[in-house]
Amino acid sequence: MPAHPARQPVLEAHAIRKEFPGVVALDGVDFRLFPGDVHALMGENGAGKSTLIKVLTGVYASDGGEIVLNGRPVRITGPLQAQRAGISTVYQEVNLCPNLSVAENIFIGREPRRLGLVHWSELRTRAARLVASLDLDVDVSAPLNSYSIAIQQLVAIVRAVDVSAKVLILDEPTSSLDRDEVRQLFTVLRRLRDQGVAILFVSHFLEQIYEICDRMTILRDGRVEGEYAIGELSQADLVARMIGGELAGLEDLSGRHGPHAEADAAPFLRAEGLARSGAVEPYDLTIRAGEVVGLAGLLGSGRTEAARLLFGADRSTEGSVRIEDAVVTLPTPRAAISYGIAFCSEDRKTEGLVGELTVRENIVLALQAARGWLRPLSRARQDEIALRWIRSLDVRPDDPETLVRNLSGGNQQKVLLARWLITDPRLLILDEPTRGIDIGAKAEIQKLVAELAQDGMSVLFISAELEEVLRLSHRVGVLRDRRLVAELPNDGSLTPERIMATIASGAPS
Amino acid sequence: MTKHRLFWPAVVLAALLLANVVFTPDFFAIRIKDGHLYGSLIDILHFGAPLILVALGMTLVIATSGIDLSVGSTVAIAGALACLHISGAADPASPATVLGAVALALGVALVLGAVNGVLVARVGVQPIIATLILMVAGRGVAQLVTDGQIVTVTSEPYKLIGGGYWLTMPFAILFAAAVVLLTSLLTRRTALGLLLESVGGNPVASRLAGIRATGLIGLVYLFSALCAGVAGLMISSNVSSADGNNAGLWIELDAILAVVLGGTSLTGGRFSLGGTVIGALIIQTLSTTVYTIGIPPETTLVFKAFVVIAVCLIQSPAFRAKAARRRARPGRGTASRPLTPENTEVGA
Ligand SMILES: Nc1ncnc2c1ncn2[C@@H]1O[C@H](COP(=O)(O)OP(=O)(O)O)[C@@H](O)[C@H]1O
Ligand SMILES: [Mg+2]
Repeated sequence: MPAHPARQPVLEAHAIRKEFPGVVALDGVDFRLFPGDVHALMGENGAGKSTLIKVLTGVYASDGGEIVLNGRPVRITGPLQAQRAGISTVYQEVNLCPNLSVAENIFIGREPRRLGLVHWSELRTRAARLVASLDLDVDVSAPLNSYSIAIQQLVAIVRAVDVSAKVLILDEPTSSLDRDEVRQLFTVLRRLRDQGVAILFVSHFLEQIYEICDRMTILRDGRVEGEYAIGELSQADLVARMIGGELAGLEDLSGRHGPHAEADAAPFLRAEGLARSGAVEPYDLTIRAGEVVGLAGLLGSGRTEAARLLFGADRSTEGSVRIEDAVVTLPTPRAAISYGIAFCSEDRKTEGLVGELTVRENIVLALQAARGWLRPLSRARQDEIALRWIRSLDVRPDDPETLVRNLSGGNQQKVLLARWLITDPRLLILDEPTRGIDIGAKAEIQKLVAELAQDGMSVLFISAELEEVLRLSHRVGVLRDRRLVAELPNDGSLTPERIMATIASGAPS
Repeated sequence: MTKHRLFWPAVVLAALLLANVVFTPDFFAIRIKDGHLYGSLIDILHFGAPLILVALGMTLVIATSGIDLSVGSTVAIAGALACLHISGAADPASPATVLGAVALALGVALVLGAVNGVLVARVGVQPIIATLILMVAGRGVAQLVTDGQIVTVTSEPYKLIGGGYWLTMPFAILFAAAVVLLTSLLTRRTALGLLLESVGGNPVASRLAGIRATGLIGLVYLFSALCAGVAGLMISSNVSSADGNNAGLWIELDAILAVVLGGTSLTGGRFSLGGTVIGALIIQTLSTTVYTIGIPPETTLVFKAFVVIAVCLIQSPAFRAKAARRRARPGRGTASRPLTPENTEVGA
């Protein structure tokens, strides 16, 4: 480890070990965090980042090793105690109470009191002040779930920041934020850093890491690969160190699966004037067999809403859908599934997987639902299907009886993909399939999408990352303010900048 | 082995049974008299049969993250209707009369279940409210049916349902065992169990996976009501009378307890029928124990409450981890300076 300019780390960990049944999640991890630094914790999905954070914050008891806070060995027995000692955490999944108000969420467990009772007006005033100091336009008395996930995430950060943190830990805080919100967050982080707060930051967006971070620690398979100052390592070096020897497969992706025109193929699905009031304005969209259609737009521009109508997840209030020229109604997901449509939601945890069921059960769920309960897949069939897909998508750990909620985000995404792929869909709708996923798994999923399309499957691909949309799509639909404003053929001249310009101006450029 | 989900419930049941031996040395003895088995264990199974049935239905309802508070009223209504039908018939002892009574009682139970199912699955009323309606109203209906009186019947064939024997065993035990077996075949050999667990575990994701939750949820309320109906027949047949006021009183709470003791979470999802059976037996054993060791009746409920709290604590992984940590503490010499100045420990 390179020496650090004569400063005392505020938080140190030595030889941390943490085992789960069948997995060593952390194996002798050394880690240090300096005051006034934004420190990135890097690693693929499953490398152990979240586990390390949970050990540091007392969510998990470690199976070995030592934690040193301000030069003194400590035993952290729980998140609340960690918080009192000055370590605040915002977890990967928003961990607040959705039906309480924003103000209550900010102060939950430490409400201002008067005569032993909660001092509500004080609570609201203080919450409003905190929110305003971040330039957030949020009504603190509204319930949290009336806001987008992005805002909820910012509220979680507001909460964490306010509990006088010496150490602020952010586990993938930006995965659900749009550009402006990320900028807002970074402004706050810089202000805190300048006050001497040590910030530990996990993100899969490399540009963000290079923009905000001072140092980084790279984890691989539960071990520390190294600690670096941000200038010491180029992005390519960083990626190589994160994924070890697997880089080769990543680079040839763009070359091999370049977009190709499918204009002559028969349309599989055609939406005409399809709309849902309050969610998305009428739009026309044609998806051909073997074609990947991308949807681009800012968070909240109606990408997800448009896709949900095609899957019957929401009912349309206007317009029609034709599948292979026959007009169909899609009142429920079940109806859409019967036409061979599949949908991977952007919100894996609440709309995708059933956390307390196993990987095997989650994989067979859609197929089993389509067959009905009277025609069960035999256990042997289930095992065979689950194992085959675990192997071909490289789900880790590879035990089909693991509970899905214990998997890391990327592996959960693969399980969700497997669920739909075994139904052999004709149109696969992917909403942010690579969000919150490490670069290795991301490349695998992109490669898979390209291969599926080459085999004749239609894909509707939604992503906030324009490079990814461009790399995979034959055409890109651009949404803005709940309206499909343009459809741009990906003929080689299309660039992220042109898509950005279209999003900004609302007209093709 | 302690990882198995039935381990702790089974340990508790065994401990309770063993505790009885202290007070009743021949507790485990089983005798044969007139070709019938007798003994405390047989009694527990016999008197526990209605609870097992009701709890079985409750398990599936709870698996969908619902709850059925109306089972006690359904027990009372089923018993009342059957007894009324028999006592009003020209020939109370004829098998045709009894079959008619059974059909009437179960038919009405199914209607009640359908009402719950429609309210919950179609109308979208919260299960606790939807079934509370029938819990309150149903008790009244049962009393209307019996006119506020206790209806007694003398009918040999009817008596058989709850009090009869077959192959040396009380018929009620055999019947309950058969229902348990059938239900577990039905849920685990078909995909019903998986789909129910999925709907209870994550309703939104289940809908997007194409599961038709409405039908499934309706089905479990029907099943729960049917189980309660059969339990009502057993209870009234056993005493040859129907008491609209007291039959099945609080059985919904015992059933919910049995489900929870058996390791099925009230939040829905994963369920365990075996656990429920053990849970129901724990509760029935507890009632028996209270009588045999002579606990004053007015403290019975308190005693029960303590045992239930103990069982729930033993089963809670968080509690066990805490207890284990406490025990391990003196021996663990590493890095042990608690964080907060006042030496307190918060959270876990
Ligand atoms: N609660 C748990 N039970 C079992 N295994 C777990 C649990 N949490 C994490 N794991 C496993 O530990 C490893 C590290 O996971 P995690 O820390 O979530 O990775 P990251 O956050 O870097 O993606 C993975 O193999 C994961 O499957
Ligand atoms: Mg993680």
